[in-house]
Amino acid sequence: MENVKIDIQDLNVWFGSKHVIKDVNMKIKPNAVTAVMGPSGCGKTTLIRSINRINELIRGSRTTGEIYIDKESVYSKDTDIFELRRRVGMVFQKPNPFPKSIYENVAFGPKLHKMASGEELDFIVEKSLKGAALWDEVKDRLKENAFSLSGGQQQRLCIARALAVEPDVILMDEPCSALDPAATAKIETLIRELGKSYTVIIVTHNLQQAARISDFTAFMYVGQLVEYGLTKRVFEKPESELVEEYITGKFG
Amino acid sequence: MGGKTLLEEVLTLATKRQYRKKDAWRDIKGYLVLGLCLTGIILTLVSLAALLFDAFRQGLPWLDIQFLTSFASRRPEQAGILVALFGSIWVVGLTALISFPLGVGAALYLEEYATQNRLTSFIQLNISNLAGVPSIVYGILGLGLFVEALALGRSILAGALTLSLLILPVIIIVSREAIRSVPSVDREGAYALGATRWQVTREIVLPQALPGMLTGTILALSRAIGEAAPMIAIAALVYIPFTPTGPLDRFTVMPIQIFNWVNQPQSEFRGLAAAGILVLLAMLLGMNSVAIFIRNRYQKRGR
Repeated sequence: MENVKIDIQDLNVWFGSKHVIKDVNMKIKPNAVTAVMGPSGCGKTTLIRSINRINELIRGSRTTGEIYIDKESVYSKDTDIFELRRRVGMVFQKPNPFPKSIYENVAFGPKLHKMASGEELDFIVEKSLKGAALWDEVKDRLKENAFSLSGGQQQRLCIARALAVEPDVILMDEPCSALDPAATAKIETLIRELGKSYTVIIVTHNLQQAARISDFTAFMYVGQLVEYGLTKRVFEKPESELVEEYITGKFG
Repeated sequence: MGGKTLLEEVLTLATKRQYRKKDAWRDIKGYLVLGLCLTGIILTLVSLAALLFDAFRQGLPWLDIQFLTSFASRRPEQAGILVALFGSIWVVGLTALISFPLGVGAALYLEEYATQNRLTSFIQLNISNLAGVPSIVYGILGLGLFVEALALGRSILAGALTLSLLILPVIIIVSREAIRSVPSVDREGAYALGATRWQVTREIVLPQALPGMLTGTILALSRAIGEAAPMIAIAALVYIPFTPTGPLDRFTVMPIQIFNWVNQPQSEFRGLAAAGILVLLAMLLGMNSVAIFIRNRYQKRGR
């Protein structure tokens, strides 16, 4: 295949004795938005969390198979897991800013990786907040606590925080599920924008959302990848009956 | 109270309501429990008030600058608590310095680093057990280990080490609670940015858990400052004619001094003991208000 950013091969994940991801093979295109859909508990969140190896924080998790990002192995013994997580940013379901100032939230990552300090750091913070379409709303209150922001702003702050360490992949785990429609619309516009220069993988429950913002759509069901292709194609002519039923609202 | 007993009050309240039988009985049960709880609180408060009143009545006449700045003496009108006051401050200060880093370190290890296995659950179980060991046992242990085996003598250091052992289990338990109350999404957020475990601990867990750890430690220390039994084992009941100047000096602490005065035959010493209790109470109140201050100050930043 021509242009592949992330290549998932024979991925299996267990939590204890529970087999959550079963033999998933998937090639993800660079600079595009890929949506992962499916009913609750189908393993879509686990799938994206295995890309930055954050599943490993959960006791009793086990992963086999391999993932390559730009042909580099994610699961090999000498993978620098901290560098991997710098390159693969993540935005969570509920906005989870740190209980620090807005500035400190964005500067957190660059400081960890000793990427910059002083004016250079200020510059990164500004650039990241602009990248997350939040700068104009917060530029006069960078010292304020992040919890003074609204839910939607907090989520964009989390996106800015992820952007600040200059990743090339961004994982999003239902980033709008805790937000109202207006905040959701803003984030969706932002995701479209980010898709131009980052490889964005977004887990979503929301069919319309997947249709609106993604270039590719993957559909998961009980741990397996059931269908994967161009979003337009998946929605108009699904190959799998399961997906058709899901899209037409017969289940899920 | 006007004529009626609490129980009558409760019963009339319950029967006034025109409910079905079953509901009325449920109400009576509710009022009975309420009555029991109230009785408990009132009994506690009344006995505490009586104690305080007695301490103030006996102690206040003796509580003056002379009392705070004098050494112990055989003559009540010249006796003071200076040496014991200094001793207590030294011992508690040193105890804080020793027990806080140890306790927080142990809690961090157990919560953030240790893998769950038989050894760690054995350790955890025994920390809880240690918190229930009578304090005199620690006193004997300190006497054997610090005073004799490690040849620290009956020094402030030996006393502080003993009290540290005594309150370490409590500090570890409250620190673990504080660490556990740090939301796991915050940890995940930091790990997802490529933070190492130590970076997550230092930047995310510690700042959020510290107020809880400090509050718990101060409360544990205020328990330590009132301990007489282990201190008598370490410091012994002797007359110390100087204020301590270093951690290896001999010392006495306020509870020992108070105990000593209570045992004197002349009734004036009873007043001195009460005055000593007032000083001790003032210190306890001071420490507890610092703990409350810390807690309130950091609670405001909740999400």
